[in-house]
Amino acid sequence: MSTQLARNRGPAAWLTLTALAVVAVVILIPFALIALNAFKPPADYSAHGPLSFPDGFYTGGIKTFWDTADFGRALWNSILISGSVCVLAVLLSILNAYALGIGRVKGRTWILGAFLIANFLPQEGLVYPLYDLAKEFGLYDTRLSVIIIFTVIQAAFGTYLLSSVLSTFPSELLEAARMDGAGRARILWRVVVPVSRPTLGVLLVFFFIWTWNEFFLPLVFLVSNQNQTVPVALGTLQGQHIMNPLTTSGAALLGVFPTIIFFLIFQRTLTRGVTVGAIK
Amino acid sequence: MLASTVTAVAQRRRSGPRVRDSAARGAGSGAGAGSRSAAYLTYLLPATILFTVVIAIPLVMNVYTSFTDWTGVGPRQWAGLANYRQLVHDSEFWASMWHSLALVAAMAVVPAVVGLLVAAALFDVIAKRFSPRVASVLRACIYLPQVLPIIVAAIVWGWILDPQYGALNVALRDVGLGFLAHDLLGDPNTALLTVMAVLIWFQLGYPVVIFMAALQRTDPALGEAAEIDGATWRQRLLRVTVPQIRPEIYVVLLTCTVASLRAFGWIYALTGGGPGVATQVPSYYSYQSFFTNLDVGYGSAIATVMTLIILVVSVVFLWLQRRHAG
Repeated sequence: MSTQLARNRGPAAWLTLTALAVVAVVILIPFALIALNAFKPPADYSAHGPLSFPDGFYTGGIKTFWDTADFGRALWNSILISGSVCVLAVLLSILNAYALGIGRVKGRTWILGAFLIANFLPQEGLVYPLYDLAKEFGLYDTRLSVIIIFTVIQAAFGTYLLSSVLSTFPSELLEAARMDGAGRARILWRVVVPVSRPTLGVLLVFFFIWTWNEFFLPLVFLVSNQNQTVPVALGTLQGQHIMNPLTTSGAALLGVFPTIIFFLIFQRTLTRGVTVGAIK
Repeated sequence: MLASTVTAVAQRRRSGPRVRDSAARGAGSGAGAGSRSAAYLTYLLPATILFTVVIAIPLVMNVYTSFTDWTGVGPRQWAGLANYRQLVHDSEFWASMWHSLALVAAMAVVPAVVGLLVAAALFDVIAKRFSPRVASVLRACIYLPQVLPIIVAAIVWGWILDPQYGALNVALRDVGLGFLAHDLLGDPNTALLTVMAVLIWFQLGYPVVIFMAALQRTDPALGEAAEIDGATWRQRLLRVTVPQIRPEIYVVLLTCTVASLRAFGWIYALTGGGPGVATQVPSYYSYQSFFTNLDVGYGSAIATVMTLIILVVSVVFLWLQRRHAG
């Protein structure tokens, strides 16, 4: 059947392909521009502008940005914060989902609704009191404050997703474990967690990337250079208007690079995960 | 990539009814079910404490602050509804609300509609008449902006759109269309439209990926039957496909609408709300009130209005979704 369809490539089919290819190319242009200019020598840039093919290989723009932004430290902060948040938020989601999805605690529909809405709440409505509380407890301008806040925000989504996944958990497995005399905690760690590993993996990846990309709360909470994440370091430099075209494309390349790496590593998981999220 | 999506969805489809049976059996069995479920409450304890401190208390504090006059230090002065009265007469606030609607169009409505067309074209035409590999490569290209941190994407666009050295105007001059070169973000007449265009670029991939996954689980027999009955492609899309993927359409519209009200990073890096108030949005306005103008009461009032709007939008969407599902 597919060969029959393949032969049926009328003008309309070719037109559709062309249109979609044009859309894809237009979407990729900014990425191409970054690649084209990140290593372009300054003289070449001022002579031929952003569109010419570079006539040399120059790493000065990237180096300048790396040093001014203390990018190595920012990378480490981002890895530390996103890594801690994704693990802690998945743990918290598992505990909640175990009670709601498998324990079927009374009023779970309402509890789940509250978690979902907590995830949707605009951070603008929480930011000032959180800022105030963080100062009160001496947590302002610490990475710990951001880790705690995002653990809760990501776990709100994780609880919602994981609860509906666990509510379809095969009850034969739970019964068998109970017959063998396993307690609730043992069933959670020895039966539920291993069986749901694929979903937990998707959540880990999601939480890591989402936290990595966050800007608003980290901008407010991480004011000193030594605590800034990658987006905050980039954003504050942009705000200070000390960027020239070459450092900008160097900065953009350094900002794009980690996420492209994640994208390639996690592509399978991500696509599957987006689907999982959509069905709920 | 495509294959894994198909199997994941297929597995879920297959496991659906069986699982619902066993859940029903589980709920009905044993009189001790109530007390047994109460024992699970301890597992909710860490989340209860954390959610109270990080979400519930700040939410209440923010609403309370919105009824006061406060610079952020010293005691709050009770102000009653003064902040809200000021909001009603604040033209910058109303401008920011209208701009929010524009951003909903750019981040939810346009991407959902165009995304549906693109997903249907990739699924129906490209994957079937050319090859699934081509479709999946095109999908990956369209999805790529979605993996960028917003701030990085905004910095890149700010650079491309720069009036002097930006790639867009340079390109226009190079091809002899210099008269079209324009400071798009600096002109109040074009700034908002430009931001909207950038947001569409960023957002399109999300509905495309979700809708393509949704199309995998639709019943091809329905579409074929409609085709035999002489339905056009458009009729099949609207009458056969759309009703089948309605849950995904709701999810996309809800999550994109919520995301569009959080356009802080874009505005921060692209325009700072300007020129004038041409691209001001509630998110950025509340941030300025909090941390630049030190008018915390007023910022809290803006944030409270945002929170209420998002609450209403989410409840309406969830209600609609439930009604259609049930």
